[in-house]
Amino acid sequence: MTKRLCIYGVAAAGLLATVAVPASAADTITVASWGGTYQEAQTKAFFDPTAKELGITIKQDTTNGLDDVRLQVTGNAVKWDITELGADECARGSKEGLFEKLDYNVIDKTGINPKLVHDDWVGISYTSVVLIYRTDVFGDKGPKTWADFWDVEKFPGRRALSGSQATETLSVAALAKGIPIDKVYPVDIDGALQSVDKVKGHIDAWWTSGAQAMQLVKDGEVDMASIWNGRAGTLKKQGAPVSFSFDQGVLTADCMVIPKGSKNRDIAMKALAKFVSPDLQANLPLYVDNGPANEKAFETGKIPPERIKDINSAPENVKKQVLQDPAFWRDTLVEATEKFNNLIQQ
Amino acid sequence: MSIGSVSLDHVGRPDRALNADKLSADARREARGLFALLSPGLLLVFAVIIVPIGWLFWLSLFDESDQLSAANYARFFEQASYIKTFVTTFKVAFAVTGACVLFGYPLAYMLSQLPRRAAGVCLIFVILPFWTSVLVRTYAWLVILQRKGLVNTWLMDIGVIGQPLPLANNFAGVVIGMTHIMLPFLVLPLYASMKTIDVDCLRAGMNLGASPAATFRQIFFPLSLPGLASGVVIVFVLCLGFFVTPALMGGGKVIMWAMRMEQTTSLYSNWGAGAALGVVLLAVTLALLGLFRWLLGARATGVWSQR
Repeated sequence: MTKRLCIYGVAAAGLLATVAVPASAADTITVASWGGTYQEAQTKAFFDPTAKELGITIKQDTTNGLDDVRLQVTGNAVKWDITELGADECARGSKEGLFEKLDYNVIDKTGINPKLVHDDWVGISYTSVVLIYRTDVFGDKGPKTWADFWDVEKFPGRRALSGSQATETLSVAALAKGIPIDKVYPVDIDGALQSVDKVKGHIDAWWTSGAQAMQLVKDGEVDMASIWNGRAGTLKKQGAPVSFSFDQGVLTADCMVIPKGSKNRDIAMKALAKFVSPDLQANLPLYVDNGPANEKAFETGKIPPERIKDINSAPENVKKQVLQDPAFWRDTLVEATEKFNNLIQQ
Repeated sequence: MSIGSVSLDHVGRPDRALNADKLSADARREARGLFALLSPGLLLVFAVIIVPIGWLFWLSLFDESDQLSAANYARFFEQASYIKTFVTTFKVAFAVTGACVLFGYPLAYMLSQLPRRAAGVCLIFVILPFWTSVLVRTYAWLVILQRKGLVNTWLMDIGVIGQPLPLANNFAGVVIGMTHIMLPFLVLPLYASMKTIDVDCLRAGMNLGASPAATFRQIFFPLSLPGLASGVVIVFVLCLGFFVTPALMGGGKVIMWAMRMEQTTSLYSNWGAGAALGVVLLAVTLALLGLFRWLLGARATGVWSQR
């Protein structure tokens, strides 16, 4: 009985599929991002307007990063048409051949930093790693630079750094040595590790997620920390006694890719072109603190001038920060991360 | 009468010999029947346990360029942090198991001595947290134990301590959080085995002049050991693969094997790197189970069916 039902089911599905594929499957794509408030902002800024303009349906999913894409592509079970990743993940995944080539006749790359425009991936937004400190501990005389953060005598207090993002912690460690922001890359990894070694005895927590970094600062578990600017901004909005700035921040890009084997490659390409267009890019900072990857977004007039100074990728703020180089980490990440883990776990 | 007994004897002997074949055929048929009944389960075990684990092992033998190599295993010795993680994992597992025995044994003993209804109510309090999400409970411990958490604020308010105690974001925090989560896994099997201890044995001991303490030590405790052993094994093995609590309560300073697996899986492009960690954990866990079995006897460890 069940078997017969099953056969009918398959037959019916097959029949439906032959009828339906040309008509509807092509205008539905699935986009995966990090979830949370960030993805909600992307929904309003990118996904909804694109779906409306192109007359397609955009389904959403959340990703854990490169291993999810790797699993889908190597397992021949690609369920996403577009997915977001960190730029170093894009660079590594590109080396592994996990993504479809992008068509820059469809996607207009003007306004996007050339370091974030590649054959098979393109920048979508920026996050900054910033130094945050509690004003109830330091007043307004808290640590302003990473050298201050490293100076445990001048600024006694409890500290947290990222233990999961070795690239970011090594970048700030290089800054702490007094290396000027335009000379940080290519990072002298051994030098940066020595710098981490100097401060590691004074680190009370190595955070492994943005939420954890936020909780550590919010609950006063630490007095200063490295943190993502979006999380720092949220803390400030919630009224926590904290201060941070973009000085010596580390600007890290996020990117989007079309996983290899996507069944809706062409429509995904068109959607991706919309996502990175100045018009939709300018929507993003209206909902979230992650800055647009396309600097032409600042010329659209959509972003209120008083908001621009708080956006990490605004031209004035970019000048104060180090731009993390995805190509550099593509080739060095594994070794650097293992060395970093060896160091902080001793 | 005599005829009857003779005929029975006479008929009985050849009959038994005649039946032997039939009986063994019957037994074989029954065994086949049972095996047929078992086969869906066996197939499932084969498909969802044996095959994936075999595949995991196979994957762990290939490096990033898909070449057969021992690179994934050599890494454990090249990078000091792996050994360190391994040692930490066992330290945590031992500490948590020890703490569970310390808290769990008296608790289970008390439960077993209570009247049935009272024990039922108390058991709910053991099981209730068991039904709450591990994540929620871990965050709750963070709220209680951190520097400005309930414990430290309270102790400082009544003047017991001047500086907050380091209870979270370190080894102590991990052990406290995990002990709470693991406690039911020890208490439940222990309680079940304590309930089966025959009260008459205890009464007999008392009757022969043993003091209550001696009765407990010489009769009750040895009889409760099988339950304790199975609880200890379950807790210890679960500890080895724990992720959430050490990740949140350890402040990034207590890295356990499962956390390392997650890091390694996302760091390396070949599944083999992470798979090798899984294989090592599995091998060590099996070796430990074997050791427990050898130390405590097959029946004591309870996780096996008896031979």
